[in-house]
Amino acid sequence: MCLAVPAKIIDKKDQMAVVEVNSIQRQVSLMLLPEAGIGDFVLIHAGFAIQAIDEEEANLTNQLLREMNGIA
Amino acid sequence: MGLPKNNNETKEMAQSLIREIDRLITKPVRLMEVCGTHTVAIFRAGIRQLLPPQVDLVSGPGCPVCVTPDEYIDKAIAYASRKDVILTTFGDMLRVPGSTSSLGEVKATGADIRVVYSPLESLTIAAQNPHKKIIFLAVGFETTAPTAAATVLATKKQNLTNLFLLSAHKIVPPALKVLLADPAVKIDGFLLPGHVCAITGERPFDFLPKTYHMPAVVAGFEPLDILRTIYRLAKQIHDDRPAVENEYKWIVKPDGNPAARQILSEVYEPTDAVWRGIGTIPDSGLQMKDQYSAFDAQVVLPMVTKTIAKKTACRCGEVLRGIIKPTACQLFGKDCVPEHPIGACMVSVEGSCAAWYKYGSGRYTYGT
Repeated sequence: MCLAVPAKIIDKKDQMAVVEVNSIQRQVSLMLLPEAGIGDFVLIHAGFAIQAIDEEEANLTNQLLREMNGIA
Repeated sequence: MGLPKNNNETKEMAQSLIREIDRLITKPVRLMEVCGTHTVAIFRAGIRQLLPPQVDLVSGPGCPVCVTPDEYIDKAIAYASRKDVILTTFGDMLRVPGSTSSLGEVKATGADIRVVYSPLESLTIAAQNPHKKIIFLAVGFETTAPTAAATVLATKKQNLTNLFLLSAHKIVPPALKVLLADPAVKIDGFLLPGHVCAITGERPFDFLPKTYHMPAVVAGFEPLDILRTIYRLAKQIHDDRPAVENEYKWIVKPDGNPAARQILSEVYEPTDAVWRGIGTIPDSGLQMKDQYSAFDAQVVLPMVTKTIAKKTACRCGEVLRGIIKPTACQLFGKDCVPEHPIGACMVSVEGSCAAWYKYGSGRYTYGT
């Protein structure tokens, strides 16, 4: 039940946003993530954006793994 | 987003993590994944089969549908049976057995029960049906509870007076404390639920290393996320230095989502809650505060239901606590299958029994 999917915000009006997930657009609420803006990647759960996705961290995680793999 | 460049790279990364896990873990360990979404992700990726034989994965009580007790389902059915009510619910709840029936069965006999993807859809249904009372079945952990709280605030803002919640939200940390206090449950580390932590942050799980000397790592949901988490747990076990670590940093911030928690605590407060298979756990549930009681189905439309204790050989409770594997239950795969579930663990796609049934038995030695 805690399934959540990443999506990109392509439009925002008041507390509602249009996001794109796998080329499909849908409306989500930004009530739980009011500071999110157009262009941001966010995590969607039950029709709400619940957290911002930190792209830098995502890249860093796998970079560390690549380095570890190089050494191993 | 930082994904491995190709399948070969994924394979190499996985192999090096598995080698390290094998090197670090020298005696048998049992690691518990708390979240039902992890249970499914682990099965899908075949992670149990990839791990060295001394590392075993056990599923915990992390499927909200599975831990929802008969009493709640009976009450939901009683509401759904009223002519003046439209029930809205996540699809998973339909087939959960109550003490005598399920929501799916009463829907088939004409009750107006509508499956929603988001609790917010209930607002539209409420606006379109002003002469009906709309009751949303609010279940789920910390990930989902803020969406229900936000729905209450939106209902208030839109001046809708015909939308109510039947709440059975639960919070994870108190259940882990109960598991750790049970001598029958043997766990050496936790894969913490990533999307629960997206809301709560890491701090509510600090008691694991501090009080119980228990390794704990916040886990993401991709196969490599899960392997990295197990690697971190292996390192903590090897070094005997338990801590709460975060392997899902691009989603889980140390402080979680304060805005979501603020909305949650505006509407809800902690209360004791009954978990199927475990019993009552103090302060493990959420109830609506007095100032929001106008949106609480149990306050506005109180209904008394009688739950009949079932005589059943179902061992859901032991499965939920990671004491037995699903295949140790005599009903599993025979009388109890996903098409005709007897216990809740077979109902939800994220239930241990359902995942076990769907993805095959694999290697799973815990509790035998």
